[in-house]
Amino acid sequence: MEPTEKQNKILLQGNEAIVAGALAAGCSFFAGYPITPASEISELLSVKLPQMGGTFIQMEDEIASMGAVIGASLAGAKSMTATSGPGFSLIQENLGYGCITETPCVIVNVMRGGPSTGLPTSVAQGDVQMARWGTHGDHPIIVLAVSSVADCFSITIKAFNLSEKYRTPVIILSDEVVAHTRESVVLPPEDSIRVFDRVKPDVPPEWYKPYADNNRGVPDMASFGDGYRHHVTGLVHDEKGYPTQNAQEVDSFLRRIHGKISKGFKEIQVTKNYMMDDAEVFVIAYGSVARSALRAVRNARARGVKAGLVQLVTLFPFPRKTVDTYLRQCRAAIVPEMNMGQMAREISRVNQSSCRIVKHNRIDGHLITPEEIFKHLTTV
Amino acid sequence: MLERAETVRKEYLRHDKKFPHVWCPGCGNGIVMGALLRAIHSLGLSKDEIVLASGIGCSGRMPTYADFNTIHTTHGRALTFSTGIKLAKPELTVLTVMGDGDSTAIGGNHFIHAARRNLDLTAIIINNSTYGMTGGQYSPTTPFGSISATSAYGHVEHAFSIAELAATAGASFVARSTVYHATHIEDMIKLAIKNKGFSVVEIISNCHVQYGKKNKLGGAVQMINSYKDNAITVEKAANLSPEELEGKITIGVLADVDKPVSTEVYRQVVEDARLKAEKITKETDKNGVKRYEE
Repeated sequence: MEPTEKQNKILLQGNEAIVAGALAAGCSFFAGYPITPASEISELLSVKLPQMGGTFIQMEDEIASMGAVIGASLAGAKSMTATSGPGFSLIQENLGYGCITETPCVIVNVMRGGPSTGLPTSVAQGDVQMARWGTHGDHPIIVLAVSSVADCFSITIKAFNLSEKYRTPVIILSDEVVAHTRESVVLPPEDSIRVFDRVKPDVPPEWYKPYADNNRGVPDMASFGDGYRHHVTGLVHDEKGYPTQNAQEVDSFLRRIHGKISKGFKEIQVTKNYMMDDAEVFVIAYGSVARSALRAVRNARARGVKAGLVQLVTLFPFPRKTVDTYLRQCRAAIVPEMNMGQMAREISRVNQSSCRIVKHNRIDGHLITPEEIFKHLTTV
Repeated sequence: MLERAETVRKEYLRHDKKFPHVWCPGCGNGIVMGALLRAIHSLGLSKDEIVLASGIGCSGRMPTYADFNTIHTTHGRALTFSTGIKLAKPELTVLTVMGDGDSTAIGGNHFIHAARRNLDLTAIIINNSTYGMTGGQYSPTTPFGSISATSAYGHVEHAFSIAELAATAGASFVARSTVYHATHIEDMIKLAIKNKGFSVVEIISNCHVQYGKKNKLGGAVQMINSYKDNAITVEKAANLSPEELEGKITIGVLADVDKPVSTEVYRQVVEDARLKAEKITKETDKNGVKRYEE
């Protein structure tokens, strides 16, 4: 008997939906450290992973969690960690290692108020630019944002798929409101979920070059123990994986790891656009704020304002093309954020039209309400 | 003996990697690496099943030269990567090479927790009492009063004793050797690999270029000879007073404890959880309802 929609409808919290998404994507390894408001992800995975033959471990800190996550991925497991601001600071060191060694893995950051210990149980979006630039050195990264429980499920699957396909760490930015909101969602049937696994080499081991360029810019990835003995290092390396300082090898390596993400822009850069066809003013929002924004836009439409919403699902690489199109179309863009304007800065950077960028920032640990956004939409 | 050395050289070194290595002439790292490769050879382990991990520093370069699954990780974090690798693929033999600063300063937390966990991992720590690669600054094992690049007036802190630290933290096998005792290192590493659980082999080594020079301890030969003169076996040390042991290097097996190995205990946890979950799935199938929560 086919499961009906009613049967698949369940009541989930955002953090639980991330777990469901991770397991649906094939995650078999999780390492983490307790932190509010992300702990439910660890707790649930400590129960679920063993049931599926996977591994959960609580490490001594987030630095260690990230090390274990990368180690497990190199041994062939789809792996993940979940944390919040203070832990996100600690994972940055080994996140850079994940980028330079092109190791697929997913990092969930359930954002809370900062800086430092900040507001542990309150919502914020203050880690946006850190997600992009937190680890040292020029590096490519993919950052996705979730705004609902349904998003937590589907975008976690997407995060795993992108990490496997492009051999890169992928960061999911959630926030305290999304994480702890319970709502009913209909999970898609298992057989309808598309799961991408890293491409493994099929050449004889002696021909294998673990970092050689190809038409995708993403080298085939062997796991430790597969018979393809190779070297992995955080030093800049040549196509065999050995350290190099040769200017040409260094340059082509670093350009390749950036270029592989650029090649995938079309697939990676996701936005959800609401009522944008005839919009004259629009909101650009992400995370839990996007839901307040959608309500505000609907209310404004009811008042006859030609309003729209662009919800950023992908924060980085910044979906410049889509945003640019609508900046040219509209006279004003409202950018509500629970930070001092971290994405507004990005939007202003790409704005080449006469569109007015209106920042709306709330940093008191509370969610931006539809009314606050509505006020802007009816007055700009 | 020579024949075996030649076999080991041919079989276990990466010949597509540009040699020479980065280590200074007379460095103890090569002696440790030789002993490690011979230990692996005599245990008859396949190269495909070995992971050799390292952190940062002179010791960190060792995996580059060895023909295994190799990983040169971040400073102090090697054991965390090894933990992930071992848990994801328990059939692999995971060896982790670290220096004294790497394992007990920046990596001190990871080190004691790896020991406490007692996963089936082997840590090989080359202790040369200094940060050699960065210019000879003081490390957690630099002796009190010594001169270093950051203790020009004599070191005011006290040193860790790595092997004792490991044993106290819960490592199930702990041994110490010195680079003078090349065949002894090999024996200790063999025992460490064979031990199920977290094993530590601390090897006292010379950095005559930094530590030795600053403290007027002579060249590589003099320093390595001093290990011969000062080494004392665990058995002999047992009968000596702390005063008599002053300045001595106790070598041999310091701890060999039989205790549950968490890698294996966790496999059992997984097996039990799977069986339990299968039972639940069957029950819910009958009702035609797919429950998410257990």
